[in-house]
Amino acid sequence: MAETSPTAEGRRRLAIRIDARVVAGGTIVAILLLTAIAAPLLAPHNPLDQDLLSAQLPPSWSAGGDPAHLFGTDSLGRDTLSRLIYASRIAVIVALVAATLACVIGSLLGLAAGFFRGAVDQIVSRLIDVWMSFPPVLLSIVLAAAVGAGLGSVILAIVVVDWTRFARVIRAETLLQGQLDYVAAAKVVGLTPTAVLTKEVVPNVLPLLATLLSVEMGIAVLVEAILSFVGLSVSTDTPTWGGMIAEGRQLINQTPWLLALPIGCIIVTVLGFNLLGDGLRASLDPVQRR
Amino acid sequence: MGNGAILRRLLLVPPTLFGVAVVVFVLLRVVPGDPVSMMISPGATPADIAALHARYGLDLPIAEQFLVWLKAAVSGDFGVSITRRQDVLGLILGRLPATLELVLVATLIAFSIGGGMAILGAYFRRRAPEWAVDGFVAASLAIPDFLWGLLFILVFGVLWPVLPISGRIDPRVGVDFHTGFYLIESVITGRWTVAGDLLRHLILPAMALALPLSAIVTRLLKASLGEAELQDYAQVARSRGFTSGRVLILEALPNALISTVTLAGVQITFLIGGTVLVERIFSYEGIGNMAVDAMINRDLPLIQGLVLTFAILFIVLNLLIDLLVAWLDPRLQHG
Repeated sequence: MAETSPTAEGRRRLAIRIDARVVAGGTIVAILLLTAIAAPLLAPHNPLDQDLLSAQLPPSWSAGGDPAHLFGTDSLGRDTLSRLIYASRIAVIVALVAATLACVIGSLLGLAAGFFRGAVDQIVSRLIDVWMSFPPVLLSIVLAAAVGAGLGSVILAIVVVDWTRFARVIRAETLLQGQLDYVAAAKVVGLTPTAVLTKEVVPNVLPLLATLLSVEMGIAVLVEAILSFVGLSVSTDTPTWGGMIAEGRQLINQTPWLLALPIGCIIVTVLGFNLLGDGLRASLDPVQRR
Repeated sequence: MGNGAILRRLLLVPPTLFGVAVVVFVLLRVVPGDPVSMMISPGATPADIAALHARYGLDLPIAEQFLVWLKAAVSGDFGVSITRRQDVLGLILGRLPATLELVLVATLIAFSIGGGMAILGAYFRRRAPEWAVDGFVAASLAIPDFLWGLLFILVFGVLWPVLPISGRIDPRVGVDFHTGFYLIESVITGRWTVAGDLLRHLILPAMALALPLSAIVTRLLKASLGEAELQDYAQVARSRGFTSGRVLILEALPNALISTVTLAGVQITFLIGGTVLVERIFSYEGIGNMAVDAMINRDLPLIQGLVLTFAILFIVLNLLIDLLVAWLDPRLQHG
């Protein structure tokens, strides 16, 4: 990596800004993970328990609220807070599994295209072009509809659509790294192409990859919410933020909190992953080429 | 873009559509799930179900099904919707104008906001308004159209109910339209109250679609304006005593617009993808909302027709944008 020498003051300023974003984003993501893991301990009620006598209760602080239901209940009397907490499990599973799979497939193809160039690059690049010519959300919806409802099909839809995000960026970055002196030097020293790729290029692509992965996790949460919203995700019994939004949208005049609270959860989650990604890029890559 | 290039692009349209049709056809038929299951009454015998399959041609091998569908499609017959039991082409053509009006208004809003913001940011460079513009760009890009739509629903449906949040027109506005283009028709015929009601319904979904695009337009146009202002012709205009505002609008803007339209044009096609969710959120009766219903109900003929419609829209829009850029940029007319 090219060594630039930022001034000491500049370096200190950079470090402070980076830490703030990583800390803020990391805290949000950590809280999300803990909530998902400890859902049975945190949730005050069973998220599936119906109680028609206490249906459509407003949040406890507003008139007519019940202290037993902090964020009120839905039209079947299910506790909103408990459903929000359990819904984080689906969000976390999709974020981790779908984003990681998309990352692995996309970056392997991107690395191969950028490093070997030639025919491999031609094939991967054409594939990316074809994929990019269709709006990603529409493609996810078509795929999820074709494969049928379920967590597996949501993950499949995200992976099949979003591998291009990794492939495109990692290909460009690998091409760029391949032209730098250190790669030429490694070749001169006599390293095999595989060794150059794994020992020299990959470590330098990793900071970018960490950023992309973090941002992709946010995107995966959003896409899952979208698919749940249009009714193409997991079964409607399982609480999901998108499913709650769909219900809140229908009964907006009766239960607006069912709309507002999951939207808030999604925005905070996506923000957390984005902050973490931006912060990671800056702190793992001191030169901040981009 | 010369005539040869346009002809080449047009020649590529049929094979592209054929490819899309094959992929969707196969994708929707190899996966499990019986499309007629929604139509079967509880007492249906296996013979009844087989008869239904035969009626929609679902008992044939996939390749044969595709040939049957293709033969009919070429002559304009896209089959009958399984859930709505109506002609697919008629259903789509009935809804398409609503989506086109939404995309048109969203594009106009995006370029108006983007143009205004970019000029503001470029005029007040390195002063407070530019920072406000940059903040607007960052916020609009960070939040996708799906969340903008929901936030608007929350604000204008609950907190401050001044605008309608569902539908295309108030049912109490009892007017007959000759075309599906309600807004354009009512503006042309001068029915302003009707046009006003349509616009009040259209503004929130159009804004949700437009905001991310307007941020892209702002960013691109502001950068191009900055470059254009440094060019010789802008310097000459300044040296002749023109005010900086006049140089910006009359000299830099026309040239900066060319590169902005070229780069932002691709994004307009993505508005069409966004209509699917935004129409769903605002219960707006366009083809996007219809597509979600069709997919939930596994209405194969309708999905097939809608996906092709979306593909045609992309191709036509891309072509129109290329033509627009060629028309705006005199340099390309000799190419």
